[in-house]
Amino acid sequence: MISDMTRWAAILAATVALASCDRGGETPSGSDDGDAAATGSTNTDESGDSDIVRINLDPYPSTYAPLPSGTTLITNATIFDGVGGRIENGSVLIVDGRISAIGTDIEAPEDATVIDASGRFVTPGVIDIHSHLGVYPSPSVSAHSDGNELTQPNTAEVWAEHSVWPQDPGFARALAGGVTTLHVLPGSGNLFGGRGVTLRNVPSRTVQGMKFPDAPYTLKMACGENPSRVYGNRGSSPATDMGNMAGYRASWIRARDYRDSWHEYWEDAEAGEEATPPTRDLELDTLMGVLDGEILVQMHCYRDDQMAQVIDMMHEFDYQVTTFHHAVEGYQVADLLRDNDICAAVWADWGGFKMEAYDPIRENLALIHAAGACAMIHSDDGLGIQRLNQEVAKALSDGRRLGLDISEEEAFAWLTSNPARALGIFDETGSLEAGKRGDVVIWSANPYSTYAVADQVFIDGALMYDRSDPDRQPVSDFELGQPGEGDD
Amino acid sequence: MQRLLSLLALGLAATGPALAQEIAVTNGRVITNTDQGVIENGTVLIRDGVVVAVGGDVAIPEGARTVDAEGGWITPGIFAPFTQLGLIEVALEDSANDASASETGFSVAIDVSDAFNPRNSYIASNRIEGLTRFAVFPSTGEELFAGQGALGNTSGRNDSLFEFGSFVFADLSQSGAATAGGSREAAWLFLEAAFDDARAYPGRYSGGSEGNVLSRLDAAALVDVTRGRVPLVMSVDRASDILRAIRFAEEHAPVRLIIQGGAEAWMVASELAEADIPVLIDPVRNLPFSFDSLGSTLEAPARLDAAGVTVAYTTETADGYFNARLLPQHAGNAVAHGVPWDDAFRAITLTPAEVYGVGDQYGALAPGYVADVVVWDGDPLEVMSAPTHVFIDGQETEMESRQTRLAERYRDIEDTTPFGYRH
Repeated sequence: MISDMTRWAAILAATVALASCDRGGETPSGSDDGDAAATGSTNTDESGDSDIVRINLDPYPSTYAPLPSGTTLITNATIFDGVGGRIENGSVLIVDGRISAIGTDIEAPEDATVIDASGRFVTPGVIDIHSHLGVYPSPSVSAHSDGNELTQPNTAEVWAEHSVWPQDPGFARALAGGVTTLHVLPGSGNLFGGRGVTLRNVPSRTVQGMKFPDAPYTLKMACGENPSRVYGNRGSSPATDMGNMAGYRASWIRARDYRDSWHEYWEDAEAGEEATPPTRDLELDTLMGVLDGEILVQMHCYRDDQMAQVIDMMHEFDYQVTTFHHAVEGYQVADLLRDNDICAAVWADWGGFKMEAYDPIRENLALIHAAGACAMIHSDDGLGIQRLNQEVAKALSDGRRLGLDISEEEAFAWLTSNPARALGIFDETGSLEAGKRGDVVIWSANPYSTYAVADQVFIDGALMYDRSDPDRQPVSDFELGQPGEGDD
Repeated sequence: MQRLLSLLALGLAATGPALAQEIAVTNGRVITNTDQGVIENGTVLIRDGVVVAVGGDVAIPEGARTVDAEGGWITPGIFAPFTQLGLIEVALEDSANDASASETGFSVAIDVSDAFNPRNSYIASNRIEGLTRFAVFPSTGEELFAGQGALGNTSGRNDSLFEFGSFVFADLSQSGAATAGGSREAAWLFLEAAFDDARAYPGRYSGGSEGNVLSRLDAAALVDVTRGRVPLVMSVDRASDILRAIRFAEEHAPVRLIIQGGAEAWMVASELAEADIPVLIDPVRNLPFSFDSLGSTLEAPARLDAAGVTVAYTTETADGYFNARLLPQHAGNAVAHGVPWDDAFRAITLTPAEVYGVGDQYGALAPGYVADVVVWDGDPLEVMSAPTHVFIDGQETEMESRQTRLAERYRDIEDTTPFGYRH
């Protein structure tokens, strides 16, 4: 069977949308202590007033702890720092899991492990803002189809982290491709698909052990054909694009009322007045988080005109779309994206599988970037995530052929710092800058070459993958004892 | 199979005066796919659609048009062995997708050449990326047999299918088992019964009688497969299924088998090599998408190569129509995982042509070969390289597609000319 259904299924089940670059730098806390990113109205109870009902924003906290790491100095490398810098014969020093220094004349501390990266390239760890690893894992058996809660068009109450299967062999394959952080989303069959989760790409028994500490929550929303197809085929709403818009708007109206009722309750209660808390609603909790600016909207949209409609809706209800995902026609509204501080997460060169994907161009990413909007690559695919460097290489070379002047080091933001910004974790990762997490890839050659592979991948300074050492290559429970065990 | 030799390939000008048209592609690194190997700073001379000379010191006839490769690479066109080009315009729109039929009583007799559209928009978008020849496959729908495939070029001309009835495609993987009723045993029994029908054709069908499992037309279409005149392309991944397929081929000699999928083919590589059964495999497929493909690995192409299996590459995990153009990238990844460059490039040019029995006409740059020639601005397996010229049957083709037109329309978003008037 010709297996284009592999990707169609992923698209149907799992197209997604996430956050925005303009807010990206505002990382909630930056601490690793696993406390809730608690802010404002929906804070956990820190007032000491135990009579006031609060909403726990972090009931499934990260238990991720970096593996132990020493001091590592990588030298003699060509470095792309992820924020437009390029250093020849450069060094990166990692101490206690964090980038300590980057430059050309860094002395090796006494206890340092020194890695000579002559002829090789060093970059930040790759970040994929659009993955369904874990929620649509391999093998794609019916029992594992956990990415799309196609039971009603608004399922903002579901959380992708509750579907993630940590034993998906795809995580380790992505690690071999240099991916250190990934954002796992529910599918795109619903108007509101549920919350996404940002993960460290580390082997773990539990998803809590992978959760990126203090990363903001996200909300997956979806435009266009998928929701109207799913529900239209059932004879229910939405069956059309206009039904999609009506569905979003009705939900935002309810969310606004819900938020107002909680805010009023907290104000009254804090003022010592008698107040009855509203009834908790998981769906509206998520939408309230968006209206309060705490949850980043990641929205699957293909067509230019649909994105323009969503932008108007964003203003109507006073929230921010952080990222349009797929944005196959992003190049047609690059000015709108820029002016509204919305990022675009796109493929290099895929389309044709449905009508709203009929007009992709290979220069999409480069044109959006050149217009001054925040652009990035994404995979939406368990194979594509392994080669995001090649996808960026294609987008870069195609943009250059169209006459755009974009450097290799500038384009490396498309798979590192820009997705970090759009996930609200840029203070922590996405570039090689002092103080940031030691998420680093050593590539065998220029990562824009088809022949380049990740030699070594560090997460928080710990060597998590080494191409030359099978003991430093994770094997999932599922693959243990199977024919593919240990293969890349 | 039916071969439709184009007039150009026969050295006859299709239109216009009968003057020889000569083109010299010069000043490039020529990949010949022959014993000539790689020729630095070489020239390929084309006359009337056919390669007539290849070398480092080819005399350029007076009056020949010269195309300067400017130090780039000159190669045979890419031959994609597993596509649905010309069948799908929009995959999820049934009205624009002829790859499979879910409600038909027919199977083997279904012939993609009845549906192939040379003006499908992805013909051009694949051509400008260097893809010049391809095999068109039907998809399996409700039947184990998908139907018959064809061979074509990406010229977009009316005669761009140059052969039809080239192979029959059947699914004996887990999905084939599902269409056969729910188990592998049922699928193989169905295949046996179908071959039995074809061998008993037409006698069994006289007087309005029915076959075991095939209709009269389907049985007729399978006859050439049972006689080994037309290959059977079988979609299988699991090592045990591939062994079963090898046994089937032995029991049904002279049937000619081609394995498509082949996720675990490397685990039975020596058996495949011994049986001389080629494998069409996607080099980047390395996840266990199902229990058929637990052994999927990036090392598969290198392991198959080492065992002497004939291997051609596909874009199975991307798709077969929009992104068949990614074949060089997939081949480059095989190189990154241990396949010598020459072998990987051959696996997307000459080897696919040989698998379909046309390796004496396509896939190499040597005198007598059809002049499908691509000039690249760098190593074709590098993702940052791209073609600058594409010749099919010795004719230079337009380097333009709907996608390049859209890019031109929107390249200057600040321009105030209404977009609808930019064309």
